[in-house]
Amino acid sequence: MVVIGAGMIGAACADALALRGLQVAVLDRGPVAGGTTGAGEGNLLVSDKGPGPELELAVESLRLWRELADDLGAHALEYEPKGGLVVARDPRAFAELQASARLQRTAGVTAAEVPADALGELEPHLARELAGGVHYPQDAQVQPALAVAALLRRARGTGRVRLLAGTTVTGLAEGRVETDTHGPLHCAAVVNAAGTWGGEVAALAGATLPVLPRRGFILVTEPLPPLVRHKVYAADYVADVASGSADLQSSAVVEGTAAGPVLIGASRERVGFDRSLSVPVLARLAAQAAELFPVLSDVRAMRAYRGFRPYLPDHLPAIGPDPERPWLVQACGHEGAGIGLAPATARLVAQLLDGEKPFMDPAPFGPGRFGKEQS
Amino acid sequence: MTNSADAAGDHESYDLAVVGAGPAGLAAAASAAEHGVRVALLDGAPQPGGQFYRQPAAELRAERPQALHHHWSAFQHLLARLDAVRERVTLLSDHHVWSVTGGSGAFAVHALTGPDQRQARSLTARQVLFATGAHERQLPFPGWTLPGVVGAGGAQAMLKAGLVLPGRRVLVAGSGPLLLAVAASLTAAGATVPLVAEAAGYLGYARGARVLAANAGKLVEGAQHGATLLRHGVRLRPRTAVVAAHGTDRVEAVTLARLDAAWRPLSGTQWRVPCDAVAVGHGLVPQLELPLEFGCHTRRLPDGSAALVVDAAQRTTVPGVWAAGESTGVGGVQLAITEGELAGLAVAGQNTAPRSLLRRRSRQRAFADLMAARHAPGSGWTQWLDDATEVCRCEEVTARQVRDAVAELGAADQRTVKLLTRAGMGWCQARMCGPAVARLCGAPNADRHDDGAPTRPLSTPVPLGLLAECDTNAPSSEGAPR
Repeated sequence: MVVIGAGMIGAACADALALRGLQVAVLDRGPVAGGTTGAGEGNLLVSDKGPGPELELAVESLRLWRELADDLGAHALEYEPKGGLVVARDPRAFAELQASARLQRTAGVTAAEVPADALGELEPHLARELAGGVHYPQDAQVQPALAVAALLRRARGTGRVRLLAGTTVTGLAEGRVETDTHGPLHCAAVVNAAGTWGGEVAALAGATLPVLPRRGFILVTEPLPPLVRHKVYAADYVADVASGSADLQSSAVVEGTAAGPVLIGASRERVGFDRSLSVPVLARLAAQAAELFPVLSDVRAMRAYRGFRPYLPDHLPAIGPDPERPWLVQACGHEGAGIGLAPATARLVAQLLDGEKPFMDPAPFGPGRFGKEQS
Repeated sequence: MTNSADAAGDHESYDLAVVGAGPAGLAAAASAAEHGVRVALLDGAPQPGGQFYRQPAAELRAERPQALHHHWSAFQHLLARLDAVRERVTLLSDHHVWSVTGGSGAFAVHALTGPDQRQARSLTARQVLFATGAHERQLPFPGWTLPGVVGAGGAQAMLKAGLVLPGRRVLVAGSGPLLLAVAASLTAAGATVPLVAEAAGYLGYARGARVLAANAGKLVEGAQHGATLLRHGVRLRPRTAVVAAHGTDRVEAVTLARLDAAWRPLSGTQWRVPCDAVAVGHGLVPQLELPLEFGCHTRRLPDGSAALVVDAAQRTTVPGVWAAGESTGVGGVQLAITEGELAGLAVAGQNTAPRSLLRRRSRQRAFADLMAARHAPGSGWTQWLDDATEVCRCEEVTARQVRDAVAELGAADQRTVKLLTRAGMGWCQARMCGPAVARLCGAPNADRHDDGAPTRPLSTPVPLGLLAECDTNAPSSEGAPR
């Protein structure tokens, strides 16, 4: 097997395939975790997803993350099962949030309503004038680069995995992957885990996958004493993920880290691969964080980083074989949820390649859903 | 013309924003303003002059600040020229620029000022000139985090700004022409300098004889430092490095070793020298966070540092953005002033620069390239490190952790090492450890390693409350929707 991409999805796929006894080469044109993974917050969320195939994938994936934390050590992944707290600014938003939580519960999500006067017990520094919130204990956190490193270390420990960083794929055909530095590699199947660049990789095989970049910024504050306990965000975030608008949609996800800094993230814009700093976007993140936690106003942002989330037109990932090239298995386009969805994605990929019955119906993720109208 | 606030709003508007009021920025501002350009000159320090012309704080009432400076008269001349065009130049000292945004013809410069840098100030300019200078390259060694071990440039700055000595018996070590100047300043201020340890050999200068002959002034300057050092009995040891510092509460002694051409310590050549301070620096690297964030292209200099690509008129690769001084390659104060002059003229639309100025620039640039090649850190310096040596002091990341990330996890660059170890994530944002980490990622047998050049979207920490205000106050920038 050849896995293209040494980010979170590629590492999880390599690990899952190697544990099944398969020989795997993991290629990346850059370093390990050099793309979207290295620029991500490490959100493992069920709270932001409505009922449907993505939530089903997320519930299984968060269960697998708990297993990984047990097997590899929570410390090695910086896994923190801190839970999420979604808050509503006004009674109408609170009503919508409560309705969405009721639906999520039917899909296996634990969601506990928190009245306005009880928010302070969960988050002592939260703004006073909020209408209420919902607590999601399943939401958790990993440090993405460390998680990739830990999974690749375990995979390579089987003796069946080669890591070829700094290797660019120049051609793709059945049974054969051409590379710039390691010549041709022979394989039974190829997993495209190239994330935001997945469309380019698919094109090498003549396949179509309309993956597009969506820019996001994260602000990082100076180190602080523990101040924010959960992943806290305002309810409009849930609406952002499904938004097809090219305009800025941002609602700050605020959280503390073990190392001290508070992370403020989740801006989303469709501006192509534009790496330039956007002061208005950072300003909005800062404003929303200070609105949720007024104490943050005087705290300094130390740095900002940016990445490009890979998204597909219907905001669902592509997982499964290309309809015309069964040897090419797509595993990309997870938008802002790739870290959270990685273990379950890898499980699906491994089951499909192994001819095993998949744990859920993969049809909604089928890459064939774009084929016709795009070509 | 005056610099009143833009009538359209509360934003000040200028023809040119010069970031950095060191020698290059001062020269650029003066020559542009002399040709009618309205200039905002921003600098983080309380007074203009940059690192080179750093002045003692006024309250110290130093009677002869020039005593520690070469080229003081050139500085006075620049200030006089600026004073003559003061109606077109707004000097904004104590302004820390945290971001420059926008595109050709409309740039927004965002700065912080006031006590503790908690006041925001934004201005707009039609063109921007980066004269952001350089900072010292630090290569760690066991014990380098002990109190009493200071940067060579830092020791010089302490002397110039506060007239304070880092110790009584100060060993000077590292590489580069700055070491002689630092040792001369220290001895002139009353310290004992037992030794200047220069990691490079001096033999290589012979290969650049023609360049040296064309830069006679530099030789005289070096000779003056040399004469000062001779008078005080200071020895210069080439091919020698501090490979460890010792002490409990502060440094008490260092271990020195002879080096081979690749800076590998030669076995059996180690000896100990007592001292109560060490001033150490391995050359300067251009300070590029603002221009890099802007997408300006860089080139790699012979010493492995990244510097901005500029054309004959000091234009960077981004339209409307100019650069002068150390940011285009470390070359010292005279080259910085020459580049500033040329940039200022070009910004003002003076298309034909005096040929004498152009000739001076190429002569001084050749000298700078010679120095960069001569003092390029050899890859063998990593042998000074033991596993426990802290490479990143902010996040306490050891050489062992960095090496593991490289060897086991395939980290081949500074960013990946940072993600896997936290090296460079702390308060200094890798300004201190960046070059060392980048060099530790290089292939172990390569002759040359480079300093990397990480981007930093915020070039200085910004309070979230102030950042939030930019949402409505800042002019909208390119690339941002709405």
